[in-house]
Amino acid sequence: MQATSDEALISRIAAGDKLAMQVLYARHHVRVYRFVLRIVGNSSVAEDLISEVFLDVWRQAGKFEARSAASTWMLAIARFKALSAMRRKPEEELDDDMAGAIEDPSDDPEVVAQKKDKSEILRKCLTALSPDHREIIDLVYYHEKSVEEVAGIVGIPEATVKTRMFYARKKLSELLKAAGVDRGWP
Amino acid sequence: MIASRDKAPEREDIESLLPWHAAGTLSRRDSERVEQALAQDAELARRFELVREEMVETIHLNETLGVPSARAAQRLFAAIESEQQQAPKRATSFDLGGWLAGLVESFSPRTLAWAGTAAAVAIVIQAGLLAGVFLKDRQAGYQTASRNEPAITASSTQGSFALVRFNPAASAADLTRFFDEHKASLVEGPRAGGIYRIRVSSNNLGKDDLAKLVARMAEDKNVVAFIVPSQ
Repeated sequence: MQATSDEALISRIAAGDKLAMQVLYARHHVRVYRFVLRIVGNSSVAEDLISEVFLDVWRQAGKFEARSAASTWMLAIARFKALSAMRRKPEEELDDDMAGAIEDPSDDPEVVAQKKDKSEILRKCLTALSPDHREIIDLVYYHEKSVEEVAGIVGIPEATVKTRMFYARKKLSELLKAAGVDRGWP
Repeated sequence: MIASRDKAPEREDIESLLPWHAAGTLSRRDSERVEQALAQDAELARRFELVREEMVETIHLNETLGVPSARAAQRLFAAIESEQQQAPKRATSFDLGGWLAGLVESFSPRTLAWAGTAAAVAIVIQAGLLAGVFLKDRQAGYQTASRNEPAITASSTQGSFALVRFNPAASAADLTRFFDEHKASLVEGPRAGGIYRIRVSSNNLGKDDLAKLVARMAEDKNVVAFIVPSQ
């Protein structure tokens, strides 16, 4: 069975095909939502933003030139909107429940060290990374973006993508070590 | 000593590529370079395992972030509807085949390069089998979904879920038995690292019950290489 590519869907969307828009939305909305949520830390704001992201896709589909993957284009739109929202929204709008789900400052690495589950410690340390480091790790591991694609989404040179990823992983190892998990690297 | 110094920049370069090698997003040429280095350098191979651990937990972490409510879709399509009414465009009919094909695209095992050729072949076979299971599930989901809400939303949020990586040595028969015995179905995958999201119960199980169920599934070592609860 031949899959309908994202690019073909976007061509149909450019022609006003709302059902193609539903397919594209069904295919990508969860990942775009999670990417935005990791930036803004508020599920309600993230939901509003993904509506705006896909509305931009609807409006700008005719301008999409397929020089990058559609998912990369959408994540770049999502990142721009999320960062703009962060500049607009005061910190007090951070939802307490979501803050707990995303980051648990009271549960610092030393406390986490008492938990013997290494996977859980690793996940806690991932949440303790800086936004820049968290973003690049998410883009590479979860969103499966290449060096070139990450550079396009974040707006930095490819060499910087590699070094930022290195320092994100180095910081992760330091957090793990502080939590009692010495990985012997770097 | 000199030779070892000469190799250092190349090793650093290879090491910087490990995260992308794990995610299967390197070019074939770079992927082959990394594979060769991993085969010859035990320390590099150990560090690659650290990368894979990070990747699995990053996926797990993101999976626990949940999914957006139907409100986001309703708001989006209401806005689109409104724009269409203001500037009518040519409507086209819904292509169910294309829709299903789009879902199948998510099975594309583009991330399998890291696993090595033998494992990749085994997982490709699994992906084919699982695609059948998945499509059966998806078609049922589509029939019961409302017209304006993408079927995948309801289908992928109801019940209890787990993230699983299957044992590359598992046969098609093993997988069929596993899904039958546990009344499980595939929801999404394969993703980076050959991870699949499966529905393990149609009910929303409590954390402890889900953990027990997943622990039972983990005992099936012939089929399961890795499994954790997921939202």
